Amino acid sequence: MNKGLPTPGALLQKRYRDNGKRRWTDRVMVGLLATCAGLTVAISALIGLMLIRESWHFFSSSSVSLSGFLWGTRWSALETRSLADVEFGIWPLLSGTIRVTGIAMLIAWPLGLLTAIYLSEFASRRLRLILKPVLEILAGIPTVVLGYFAILVISPTLQWFSPSFDTFNATSAGIAVGILCLPLVCSLAEDALSAVPDTLREAVYSLGGTRMNTALGVVLPSALSGVISAMLLAFSRALGETMVVALAAGTLATFTFDPRQQSQTMTGFIIEMLKSDLEYGNVQYYSLFGVALTLFVITFGMTMLGQLIRRRYREEYQ
Amino acid sequence: MSEATSPEIKIDNFDAWYGDFQALQRITATIAPNHVTALIGPSGCGKSTLLKWINRMNDLVPSARCSGTLQIGQLNALDRATDVVALRRRVGMVFQKPNPFPKSIYDNVAFGPRLHFQVNQAELDELVEWSLRKAALWDEVKDRLRKPALSLSGGQQQRLCIARAIAIGPEVLLMDEPCSALDPSSTAKVEDLIYELRANYTIVIVTHNMQQAARCSDTTMFFYQGQVVECGPTQQVFTRPQQRQTEDYVTGKYG
Repeated sequence: MNKGLPTPGALLQKRYRDNGKRRWTDRVMVGLLATCAGLTVAISALIGLMLIRESWHFFSSSSVSLSGFLWGTRWSALETRSLADVEFGIWPLLSGTIRVTGIAMLIAWPLGLLTAIYLSEFASRRLRLILKPVLEILAGIPTVVLGYFAILVISPTLQWFSPSFDTFNATSAGIAVGILCLPLVCSLAEDALSAVPDTLREAVYSLGGTRMNTALGVVLPSALSGVISAMLLAFSRALGETMVVALAAGTLATFTFDPRQQSQTMTGFIIEMLKSDLEYGNVQYYSLFGVALTLFVITFGMTMLGQLIRRRYREEYQ
Repeated sequence: MSEATSPEIKIDNFDAWYGDFQALQRITATIAPNHVTALIGPSGCGKSTLLKWINRMNDLVPSARCSGTLQIGQLNALDRATDVVALRRRVGMVFQKPNPFPKSIYDNVAFGPRLHFQVNQAELDELVEWSLRKAALWDEVKDRLRKPALSLSGGQQQRLCIARAIAIGPEVLLMDEPCSALDPSSTAKVEDLIYELRANYTIVIVTHNMQQAARCSDTTMFFYQGQVVECGPTQQVFTRPQQRQTEDYVTGKYG
């Protein structure tokens, strides 16, 4: 059928590009990429080292004991300069972080996940085209605005329901952080759900399944690893959130489970300490690195957990 | 490029492993130039492994090892010093599932030449047209060369992949079940094409389809559990097999 086709010039006389040069550029590029990858590792390592070194000034102090730090239920670093009666027990700050993060996740996880399921499995294309940008706008709100939103809108609303709420409290800060994390959970979970191949959906329909059977029975479990990592990422984001809690959670380190009270978090404390007029270099000052290191260890643990879960529940699709 | 330049492939005492699993044992065979050689056999018999060593695609599999010789014309394909880029310029490959790039039809065919050749636009146009004509696709796509390749049908996509492979002027074409994802009429077109192309290329095709091997190959090699059980003219392998295992397989008793 193509017998008489004359061979084109480019193939009659092949003028090859310089293979050596190609290989050389290849090598340089790989080197460059590896350097970039190495740089991110180096930066993380440097931050870790800095935290350990600086917090050593704190942990090595004679007025600080590790067990007191890990199990103590009073934190008064900001209240007194005297080393004799200052107490460094992490639990008030840790419990503040847990309260705010817990409330935030109570908002962000279900809302984000349900929105993601709706967007990926039920919403029409048109609706999705409207809703996704709206979510992105939500993600773009500066955290300082959300902090003031918590103080000026959420707190008064809560107080209208029950006057027992403090103006600065864990609940309003938690709700604001939850709003902050909502788009993160939603868009990552939606990506995971949309990545489930349509052949699986078709299989459920062919067995007489409804849309709900498809979404909850097959698509969600198939996307579980992505959904869980979305949730964990939001969790880590909430743990480290600073601006909202510094504004709205209050400055009192309280060890309580009452979400109506002031709740200084670990990040909130670090900000307060940097702003305070306590002089640089004393043990109270270095305690902020101890707190930062604790936070670092927790987020690091969360990341590891995320890796583990992702590997465990990974589904491979062709 | 005269018609006789396609090389012979000589395989001698060839073993291949994946980790501890020996996929091929003591393969000795000659694949003739300007022939279509079909590799047949049940799944896991090693035929794809052999195919993937001819252009060293197995370099990408960390656990893959081999020993023995595999010679393409004068070139020792397995030598560490052999430049795989130069090797793969001479040995083209077409995969099981059509895998065009998410680019235009034109850019798919021009991809290889742009990598390897110094060509001007006119030469590139000529080369793309030639490749598409050769792959029997030109008449169907000449008015929409700038359209996305993924808008083509499965059979057209596979012929596009063949055009893409021959656009850099290889001498050998490897095909790994090239029709298994295609419907019968597309399959017929690709098979006709394969049969035509053997005038210019040494073609090695892995297939699970007995009729396909019978229709479009000159020589058939039957693999079983990592060994070549029988190798001969296709006609003979299918009508008068010398080995019991071959007969059982080609008549569909197992496999």
